[in-house]
Amino acid sequence: MFNPKQVRDDFPIYYHNPDLVYLDSSATSLKPISVINKLTDYYKKYSANIHRGIYQLAEKASEEYEETRKILSLFINSKIPEEIIFTKGTTESLNLIAASLGSDILQEGDEIVTTIMEHHANFVPWQQLVERNGAILKVIGINDQHELGIVTYNYAGKAIIDFEEIITNRTKILALTYVSNTLGTINPVKEIIKAAKKKNPQIITVVDAAQAIPHYEIDVRDLDCDFLVFSGHKMLGPTGVGVLWGKKKLLESMRPYQFGGDMIREVKLEQTTFADVPHKFEAGTPPIAEVIALKESVAYLNYYGFEDIRKHETSLVTTAVSQLQDEFGELIHILGPQNPKNRAGIVTFTLNGIHPHDIAQVLDESQVCVRAGHHCTMPLHDSLGLAATVRVSFYLYNTKDDIDKLITGLKRAVSLLKKNI
Amino acid sequence: MSIYEDVILDHYQHPRNNKSIEHPTAAIDVNNPLCGDKLHFEISDKNGVVDNVGYTGEGCAISIASASLLSEYAKGKTKKELKSLKKEDVLGLLGIELTPNRMKCALLSWEALVKTVSR
Repeated sequence: MFNPKQVRDDFPIYYHNPDLVYLDSSATSLKPISVINKLTDYYKKYSANIHRGIYQLAEKASEEYEETRKILSLFINSKIPEEIIFTKGTTESLNLIAASLGSDILQEGDEIVTTIMEHHANFVPWQQLVERNGAILKVIGINDQHELGIVTYNYAGKAIIDFEEIITNRTKILALTYVSNTLGTINPVKEIIKAAKKKNPQIITVVDAAQAIPHYEIDVRDLDCDFLVFSGHKMLGPTGVGVLWGKKKLLESMRPYQFGGDMIREVKLEQTTFADVPHKFEAGTPPIAEVIALKESVAYLNYYGFEDIRKHETSLVTTAVSQLQDEFGELIHILGPQNPKNRAGIVTFTLNGIHPHDIAQVLDESQVCVRAGHHCTMPLHDSLGLAATVRVSFYLYNTKDDIDKLITGLKRAVSLLKKNI
Repeated sequence: MSIYEDVILDHYQHPRNNKSIEHPTAAIDVNNPLCGDKLHFEISDKNGVVDNVGYTGEGCAISIASASLLSEYAKGKTKKELKSLKKEDVLGLLGIELTPNRMKCALLSWEALVKTVSR
């Protein structure tokens, strides 16, 4: 098991901000020095464009870029590296699927199924798509454990999925998140996909793994999903780069999403033929340095290993939940599943009568960084009758000291801002 | 430095004019969906001079303190004067510096006041 205090030595931000208590990794993670060095290496030593130049620097850049594709392919157990497409991030990956495949296959009266706990990035593209195509958006709700309403767990902890009439032969796409960025709920994605395909073998399944990829080993073949998307910056990598993984057959059948350089085979005055996947979907100069540096974040995560990372986060979440409940009792309302097995490294809560923005502001005065607001899940907040919440999220560099400082800051917020005392 | 100065905390804990008024001559609802802040704002005036102000709603400490301070400020002023009230004036009343993210909290009641007196 690693020592988080030692992990911190790899993250220069702690050197520049020694008192930093960073509890917002679900928004974006901190970056280790190896990732930062890889970024600057490209700019310092071989900053050429890729896939074009005949000179050595350009070849080096192209090689480094394509190597990340191979490493990510292994990382998620994709069949071939060509199934990895680089995008700007999760949001662009999802928009690409909706705009290309979605708008081509969706007929009037068809259905897309998603869930109430989706980030806006996995909700609004589908909502807009059904509106344009005259299709229907069905939204799976949550139960009182803040798990999906279609899921129950038996005595052995096995997920039982009951879609009832939600998925029909008109359902074309099922889009769901692996982990809720607000509730912390880990969805039994594999079982859900299996159940969905049993109901309708033609269904296309899209998994938003933005909150899962930094914390769990993901195997796209084991999940048997059709698409899986994530961002680099939440997994210790650079901003501006993300991944769309898709089954090759599907990717080949899809129209390009953007047109221009690098994505063509041949351009004539009358018509254009496109490059093969993955290049068909990577028009223009991509974020080269960011793609190249992303492989360093994979190396870093593999070095510590997901088993230990998960163990560490579960221990922090369990401590945080119990300390928060002990300290604030009736005053605090914590969201998310009670079973730590089904909860990621996220604790979201409200403190009665105190606006989340005020809580975050008071915490900031002692350099405790949390997220306050709706976390891009407005439909979920509406369904819970909440306008805003406070979210604390953990990663491998967080310590129990961070939790103590959070509690101290929260006590100060309560003493400053609690009314009727 | 804390933005939760005594003035802000006082107006947050004990907001002035935090109720509906009798016989309003103008009223407006404003909200900020990003924070969930909601404000119903009312004034009454005689010959263009504001003689009563009231509001109800919910929000963070900054938005409540700002509504309270503005409601006191507006009484006795002409509608014409209030119409030309600047954002900077509101921040002056609060007496604190705000980051761009919190500015919108302070300015919700300003938006409400300026719109109500312009009706």
